[in-house]
Amino acid sequence: MEDFTLLRKKATKRLLRMHFESQIGHIGGNLSALDAMLYLHHYVMGKNDLFLLSKGHSAGALYVTLWTLGLLSESDLETFHQDGTRLAGHPIPNWGPGILMGTGSLGHGVSLAAGMALAKRFQKQPGRVYCLTSDGEWQEGSTWEGVIFSRHQRLNNLTLLVDVNGLQGFGSTHEVASMNDLAPRLTGFGLHVVEADGHDPESIRCAVNQQEAATQGPFVILLKTVKGKGIEGMENRMESHYLPLDRPRYDQAIQALEIP
Amino acid sequence: MRHAACSSWINLFRRQNFVFLTGDLGFGALEPLRDEMGQHFINVGIAEQNMVSVAAGMARMGMSAWIYSIAPFCYARPFEQIRNDVCLHGLPVKIVGNGGGYGYGTMGSSHHALEDYGTLLSLPGMRAYVPIFAADVDPMVKKMAQESHPAYLRLGRCERPKEYAIPPYAPWRRLLTGGGTPALVIGPLAGGVIEACWILPEGHRPEIWGLCQLPMTAYPPPQAFIDLVRLRRKLVVIEEHGVHGSAGQMLAHTFLQNNISLDSFVHMHAVGYPSATYGSQSFHRKECGLDKNTLLKILTG
Repeated sequence: MEDFTLLRKKATKRLLRMHFESQIGHIGGNLSALDAMLYLHHYVMGKNDLFLLSKGHSAGALYVTLWTLGLLSESDLETFHQDGTRLAGHPIPNWGPGILMGTGSLGHGVSLAAGMALAKRFQKQPGRVYCLTSDGEWQEGSTWEGVIFSRHQRLNNLTLLVDVNGLQGFGSTHEVASMNDLAPRLTGFGLHVVEADGHDPESIRCAVNQQEAATQGPFVILLKTVKGKGIEGMENRMESHYLPLDRPRYDQAIQALEIP
Repeated sequence: MRHAACSSWINLFRRQNFVFLTGDLGFGALEPLRDEMGQHFINVGIAEQNMVSVAAGMARMGMSAWIYSIAPFCYARPFEQIRNDVCLHGLPVKIVGNGGGYGYGTMGSSHHALEDYGTLLSLPGMRAYVPIFAADVDPMVKKMAQESHPAYLRLGRCERPKEYAIPPYAPWRRLLTGGGTPALVIGPLAGGVIEACWILPEGHRPEIWGLCQLPMTAYPPPQAFIDLVRLRRKLVVIEEHGVHGSAGQMLAHTFLQNNISLDSFVHMHAVGYPSATYGSQSFHRKECGLDKNTLLKILTG
């Protein structure tokens, strides 16, 4: 996975610069989700697969991922969070490529992805729908509506990924409204659930390789991740949900990425 | 109107592919549609937020999707899904709400829809269809199926007077000629108003117009209607909907923008639950002054 290491380094640097230059927060949840998005888009998804970002606050990581694929340009990224941009803090509607739908309010993605997976079945289209959610998002009742529906409809062309970084807007998921552990709750609804290290490409690969085993409904990958991954002083800190990078921390993070 | 809608959807399905999602509603009316559509008819269960987002996801994939429930359950509960997933994306999801206004009567306020089209029309691209007669439903369904907009269909109970010949469907149409006060009625209430007025001498009875499609920015009043209110300088607007976001407000706005001034503009609309007691649709209409006797007095007074 040498290539992935280089890819991750390149993407992380660009993501940090984007957030630093625009002085925008949400960096923590972008860094927890970036590795999985990169791995999925570069090593898993084919031309028939679709990706929906339900945790829209990780838009920066999606933009950078699309940039690594050549679907967004350097000049596109330079507009991030600027006036007149199409790269807003959460994905906007009706703009692609690689951005299926505008999201940002949590709890929409599972049902949207279920609708797409069901449409694929009706249209006899190959491929899967991948949907990345946050872990706090499972406090939204609508996600469970989507799970009930997806299982009942036996949507075995749907993969749900959960960025389990354990932190949300104003506390840890455990302190705020605990869903720990998510796995038994989801298996209780009849879903096929596996866990993976969301920063280890080999672990993600092993998890993804099992998705065909879920024949009766959606496949779920719980990605154990670190909010603010790779930034000293931001890792596993709730503040990384909101606070932008200051100059010393940004320089330090970039310097750390340069170390082989 | 549910039976009329069911027939229209069956005919539509025989011509074009679409999915019909219901939030566990339709007993006693939609069974023929379920049998006709097979796997394209999906009871998603009591989960309206999911129903809207699933429909949006399917529409995003190019499929035509209709959703159905009791009116407030399909516009109030999943409002954010309609806003974000349907309207902000301009997806042509069709929302059907049964029981417009006080249609569900004694079932109580949870089942009433007094702010449905006003609320939905605040969203980008949304169109609302409010049939007056059951016969209006079929042309509406055909039109909705062809349009690329998100749309809302408000079903109610047809109140067509016996022996009344319904004029051909149009978004705006003259329902009863008369030399008296012009009235604009939205929805099935028009049936009762026609019934109360048509026995009056034509020279003195109100002239009744019906409006079936909103918003007024998309379906502006026809010149014949504008000429009428300019000539008679008065108008009564009647609708089973709260004042905010109502057709009456839209019309007042349209008049102001077009320098149309009147001596009298009376707006009869739903006012909620003034006595804090509940009853049939007729009971609630009477509390709001939307019953035939009160309306007749206002129109002929």
